[in-house]
Amino acid sequence: MDTTETYNYRVVRQFAIMTVVWGVVGLLVGVIIAAQLLWPQLNFDIPWLTYSRLRPLHTNAVIFAFGGSALFATSYYVVQRTCQTRLFSDGLAAFTFWGWNLVIVLAAITLPLGITTSKEYAELEWPIDILITLVWVAYAVVFFGTILKRKVKHIYVANWFYGAFILTVAVLHVVNSAALPVTLTKSYSVYAGAIDAMVQWWYGHNAVGFFLTAGFLGMMYYFVPKQAERPIYSYRLSVVHFWALISTYMWAGPHHLHYTALPDWAQSLGMVFSLILLAPSWGGMINGIMTLSGAWHKLRTDPILRFLIVSLSFYGMSTFEGPMMSIKTVNSLSHYTDWTIGHVHSGALGWVGLVSMGSIYFLIPRLFNREGMYSTRLVELHFWTATIGIVLYIAAMWIAGVMQGLMWRAVNEDGTLTYSFVESLEATYPYYAVRLAGGVLYLFGMLVMAYNVFKTISGATPARAPATQAA
Amino acid sequence: MEIINDIRAWYTVVMLVMFLGIVWWAYSGRQKRRFDEAARLPFTEPEHPRGERSPTSNATSGDRP
Repeated sequence: MDTTETYNYRVVRQFAIMTVVWGVVGLLVGVIIAAQLLWPQLNFDIPWLTYSRLRPLHTNAVIFAFGGSALFATSYYVVQRTCQTRLFSDGLAAFTFWGWNLVIVLAAITLPLGITTSKEYAELEWPIDILITLVWVAYAVVFFGTILKRKVKHIYVANWFYGAFILTVAVLHVVNSAALPVTLTKSYSVYAGAIDAMVQWWYGHNAVGFFLTAGFLGMMYYFVPKQAERPIYSYRLSVVHFWALISTYMWAGPHHLHYTALPDWAQSLGMVFSLILLAPSWGGMINGIMTLSGAWHKLRTDPILRFLIVSLSFYGMSTFEGPMMSIKTVNSLSHYTDWTIGHVHSGALGWVGLVSMGSIYFLIPRLFNREGMYSTRLVELHFWTATIGIVLYIAAMWIAGVMQGLMWRAVNEDGTLTYSFVESLEATYPYYAVRLAGGVLYLFGMLVMAYNVFKTISGATPARAPATQAA
Repeated sequence: MEIINDIRAWYTVVMLVMFLGIVWWAYSGRQKRRFDEAARLPFTEPEHPRGERSPTSNATSGDRP
């Protein structure tokens, strides 16, 4: 059985595998709804398959199922390795795995049925919200318990980021999901009107800032140095990066509500803090990329390192674009257009997706005692299909978005609108096709990864250990 | 209303001073050695696969059935 000297890799293996599985599922749903925008008949007149129900399924699957599994897997691995101690509790860790996957399955059932709170990224109804809270508290106990019993003096910076992610998501989830249940499947938010909107986007933007950024920065601070085989460029910068990032993100939410019923001062506050965010974001990006200084040649031969470094480039791009879009005058053009969708996906596909894939490629051989991945050429193929897919996707959405914004605000000399909404939709059509092509490429890359991971685990590569029992 | 605005102004000043304090602390020479040591943390543990025997490889191969 288990001894205290060894680490708990079982739960890391389970989450690593599920990262790949949920990645395929979440991207597939994304491709389906991208195709529905092009060919609306694809919902086959079945309510469960309508865009309105599949879209939250897509966002929940990629953020919480794919991204969440990647965060669980890597945080459990990193906290054990850098604290040099086993996880605080194997039982609780197993509970987080089964509990989290139960949440995902419940989401996959309830969302297509139309059971939703209609709060973006927090659509799940109250019984599932309670389950999420239980799983999250268990996660926090396992993570911080492991840090408390660490064998080294210092808490490595990656753990600071993971810790901030876990704590903040707990607060965000509990506050934003506060609701009065009416039946088992229906509840009403305890907040009303503009306050409800502000709480929702305080949650929504910090889900981006802490779930999709701080957590993945934890990943970056461990796996970039490991794969580059050199310590982080500047540890001091990482300390400043941490405190600056976490204290600034909290206030940026109102930029989602520019030109709405939200008070003007709150909108301006959100804009200013979003602009300030550029500094810590780029500080972190530079810290990650400069880790390669003196070892740039590794990028030529190591596709896993390329995943990690290109993810940082996309992080830099989207964290420049974000503050720019939060400026009210820019936002008056970009708001409600596909530019926003392009921005989100340059962060989601480029930063979150690529850094997770790179980290999982790093982990799989180590977790399953293999010399390396089954095929480096397939990793290379995945890298290029994913990168080209992202570029097609975001370029199409940029052009479509700016075009929509310009068409919507165009007025004739007598003050009437130049274009009807349908005309802007028609003009967007070709870009939806390009976006679909980008999504298909990205999904193809993920399928290549799934095949490569399967072959690696099933023993197609030389191994020291006896054939592993897959998680 | 005036008191709340005073609090807001002071809060901003306190946060700025705290931030500058963190920067000063992080970049002061005294932390240099501690930080260098911390930055090596991902590398102090022996690598587990790649053929070499390490304390951790037991954990990987001898997993619970």
